[in-house]
Parts: sequence; structure tokens; C-alpha cells
Amino acid sequence: MSQDMSMQEPLLKVDNLTKYYGSRLGCADVSFELWPGEVLAIVGESGSGKTTLLNSLSATLEPTSGQTHYRMRDGAWRNIYDLSEAERRFLVRTDWGFVHQNPADGLRMTVSAGANVGERLMAVGDRHYGHIRETALDWLGRVEIAADRIDDQPRSFSGGMRQRLQIARNLVTGPRLVFMDEPTGGLDVSVQARLLDLLRGLVGELGLAAIVVTHDLAVARLLSHRMMVMKDGHVIEAGLTDRVLDDPREPYTQLLVSSILQV
Amino acid sequence: MNAVAQYNFAYLDEQTKRMIRRAILKAIAIPGYQVPFSSREMPMPYGWGTGGVQVTASIIGPDDVLKVIDQGADDTTNAVSIRAFFAKVAQVATTTHTAEATIIQTRHRIPEKKLGAGQILVYQVPIPEPLRFLEPRETETRKMHALEEYGLMHVKLYEDIARHGRIATTYAYPVKVEGRYVMDPSPTPKFDNPKMHMSEALQLFGAGREHRIYAVPPHTQVVSLDFEDHPFAIQHFEQPCALCGAEQVYLDEVILDDQGGHMYVCSDTDNCEERRAAGHVGTLGVAQEAAE
Repeated sequence: MSQDMSMQEPLLKVDNLTKYYGSRLGCADVSFELWPGEVLAIVGESGSGKTTLLNSLSATLEPTSGQTHYRMRDGAWRNIYDLSEAERRFLVRTDWGFVHQNPADGLRMTVSAGANVGERLMAVGDRHYGHIRETALDWLGRVEIAADRIDDQPRSFSGGMRQRLQIARNLVTGPRLVFMDEPTGGLDVSVQARLLDLLRGLVGELGLAAIVVTHDLAVARLLSHRMMVMKDGHVIEAGLTDRVLDDPREPYTQLLVSSILQV
Repeated sequence: MNAVAQYNFAYLDEQTKRMIRRAILKAIAIPGYQVPFSSREMPMPYGWGTGGVQVTASIIGPDDVLKVIDQGADDTTNAVSIRAFFAKVAQVATTTHTAEATIIQTRHRIPEKKLGAGQILVYQVPIPEPLRFLEPRETETRKMHALEEYGLMHVKLYEDIARHGRIATTYAYPVKVEGRYVMDPSPTPKFDNPKMHMSEALQLFGAGREHRIYAVPPHTQVVSLDFEDHPFAIQHFEQPCALCGAEQVYLDEVILDDQGGHMYVCSDTDNCEERRAAGHVGTLGVAQEAAE
């Protein structure tokens, strides 16, 4: 019952978020709501403010103005920029996940895959080695990494495996919201397809909400329910993914959609 | 009137000692917290105990009796030269007997004899930050200490078990002080960790190159980190000391020849000598009377 109640309220409310770098605009007046289990894609060309927006939403950057409210696990709404640093860091490593474009930014490259997955568990106080290892094995299995690689360092992993390990590391504490910055960037197409398949499965299975920044419209099409198109720091079009891609209204979106290469 | 220029008492000038004493007081007030201080150039290279020497120089008085050990031994280069240094610049009495000393400067051992109230143990510390090898950024490790985010320390122990089947860290074994700060007990063998817990002596740690001082006041909890299913355990030795027959002490391996011959002897030379003087003899030892 409480589960149903919590699904009837948004998870994240963003009001007029604006970020300036000095006098230069990062992103301006972004407002939206994100619901539990919903995947939102932010698309646009390089320099359109996608990553600035994502970093502001995930409290990595402090915005110039505007607010982002998040519904905590206890149901209370909190402005994430008002949280103390301790609270914010706790939120980031338990209820949130952040998947970086470059896996080296999100992984500890010098410790084993098992420890990478287990780190968040240890950070929230798990002190039982057997349990940590079991959970790590389970998660490696779910992201299709062979169990005998658990003691190998991610340095010895391929790009696709690293990205999957990064996903496992983020999801192990059962977060409700995951931020992804170009999760498939730098991977070849077949590996991309496999990763997308995996992500789609996990998001559906775990009921995750996710905000995915990508310049790749195909990724947005496959993963997201809704999308926002950004240009020069502004959201110029937003709506259901299929609607935006099949029936783009803004000239810029039409240009973007029509510039997808057809093979 | 002596015309020859003299060093100030205990080498450092009074302003410097005052600055270091303030850092020490702050360190004692916040057990396990690394207090930055303005470390001075000392007449010895970094890595030879410049941090420990500065701490000792700041707390030593004319009535103090100083003992210096290096890996438990009173007669190795580092110990001999630091002892000679203070005998010269502070004209203090020196000793090799643990019980007689008021200040014991140590490089990586805690004496076997239980330390009492009024004694001060000064550690020489190379790298004061226990999280350093996992997190290279100082800004980040300071934040982690401030917010008590110590999950990373267990990542290191996890790696040990994953690779070796047990916690293979044998020295510089991380401890939690008074339930708050995680601390590097300097590269002492983990054998000595339990001696830090609820010690009656004051323990001061000086890291000269890294400009940090930290402390464990008397009667403070010092708990070695571990996992529930892989509890902390100290090293065990199969045989007693070959010279004095002591058990439950930390032993060094000494190579005797190039045929693989070796013996295990007490790392704490003072403890070994006292035991032999009291008539204890190990398998390779010679009774004191016979030797004389």
C-alpha cells in the first residue's frame, strides 16, 4: 500500500534551475518532474548544457539559481542544495547512482571488481566479508561479468565490462535514482546494444528512475520514456520519447532527428 | 661564561617548541585526529624520524630520561644517533631500560614491558594518512575523516582477504581511536596494536615530512578494524626467543650463515637482556654467568 502511495508522487521536482559560469550560460530555467520508475533522456548537441544540467541535478555543481527537491526514503521533500555535505554524500552513495561516461571516473581502477561492487556496502556499514562477496558475485552475474573475474582489477577489463561493472557498483545499494552521463559513449555498436539491453532490463526490473544524458538519439529511443531536447542551455522541446522523435515540433529537433545516419 | 655558541635547549628554538606543543595539545584533545603543524628542517634526512625528533624536542625537559629504539633495538644506527643527538643538545640522561625512561622515542615498535602512567611514547611516522594509498587526494581524505566515511578502509582489508584468504596487512594496521577517527599506528607490527588500547602511557605521533602530529591519550580505546567473519588477530611465533626463551613477544629472524641457518630473537633488545640477566636461557643462548 505504501509502495502504491509512493508511486503516486514524483521523486524529483526541478524548478527554474539556472547555472551560469561567470557570465557564460550553462543552462537556464529548467523545470520538470521525474516520477519513480521513469527514465528521462536529455539530448542535444555538444555544448548545449546537458552535462551542466546533470551535474546540477546530482548536486555535483551548485546552480546559480533554482531548486531541486528530492523525495527522501522517509517521504520528506528536501531541497538537495540545502542538505549538509554529510547528508548529501550519504544520499549520493546510497539512494543515488552516477554512471560516468568514462568508467575510470566512477571506478577504483586499482582494487578488484569485487571490492568495487562491495565499496558502497562497506560504506553503509556492512562488516561481513562473506556477505559482501556474495552480494558482489550476485551483481557481477546480473551485469554479465563472469564470476571468476571477481578478483581482477578493472584495468584488465574491456571498455564494455568496465561500464557494466560501474553499473553494478552503483546499483548494489538499491538506489531509486540513477544519473547517467553518456553511458554508451566510446563503446562500439554491438557492445552498446548489449549494454542498452542490460540497462533496460535492470531499470525495468528494479523500478529505477533514471536521468540519461546522451547525444545519441538511438540510446534515448531505446531507454527513455520521456525526453528533453536542449539547445544553447535551454530546453526547447520536451515530451514522450516516441512523440518527440516521430513528430518533432521545433525546427532544431527536426534537424536533429533528420541528421541520424540511416544505414 | 662559555664563549662557544650553544644550541638552544633541545635544539629547537622556543617559539617552534611552543608551536609544536600547541599542535600536541590539540592532538591530545582530539584523539586520532591529524593536526597540521609547521614542521622544521632537522639536522637529519626525512625518513630518519624528523617528526618524532621534533615532538621529543618539544616535550623534553632537563629531568627527563630518554630511551630511543629502532625496530625494538637500542643499539641500531637510528636509535644510537638520535639518543646521542639529545644527549648533546639537551644534556638529558639516556637509558636503554624501558622502566626507567620517561620519554621513549620509537621507530615502529612498542616495548614489550607494559608502559605506565607518566611515560610518553613518541612514534616516528612516515605516512600519517591511513587512507592515502586508496585515495590520493588530501582534500578528499580530510573530508572523509570529517564526515567519518571510513568504508574505504575496509575496501583495503577486503582486498587482502580476496587475494590472500586472510587479512594480510601485518604492519601499519588501521585502528579506530575512541570510536571516531581511523588512524595509522605508524608502521608498527600489528602485534603491537593491542598494546595501544587503554594504554596508561601517552602516545604521540610525529610525521615530519607530512607535517602532521596526532596522539592517543592514556586510557583511550584503540580498536583494530576487521570483518565479523575475519576478526583481527596478531602474529604468532612457532618458537620462543632463541636467546632468552621468551614467548608471546615479537621476534626478529636473524640469518646465521649461508646454509639456511637462522634464529628467532626478541625484537625488543632491552626486554631480552633483562630476561637473560634474570637467568632465562633460550636454545641458542648462553647462561650469563658462564659467559662472564
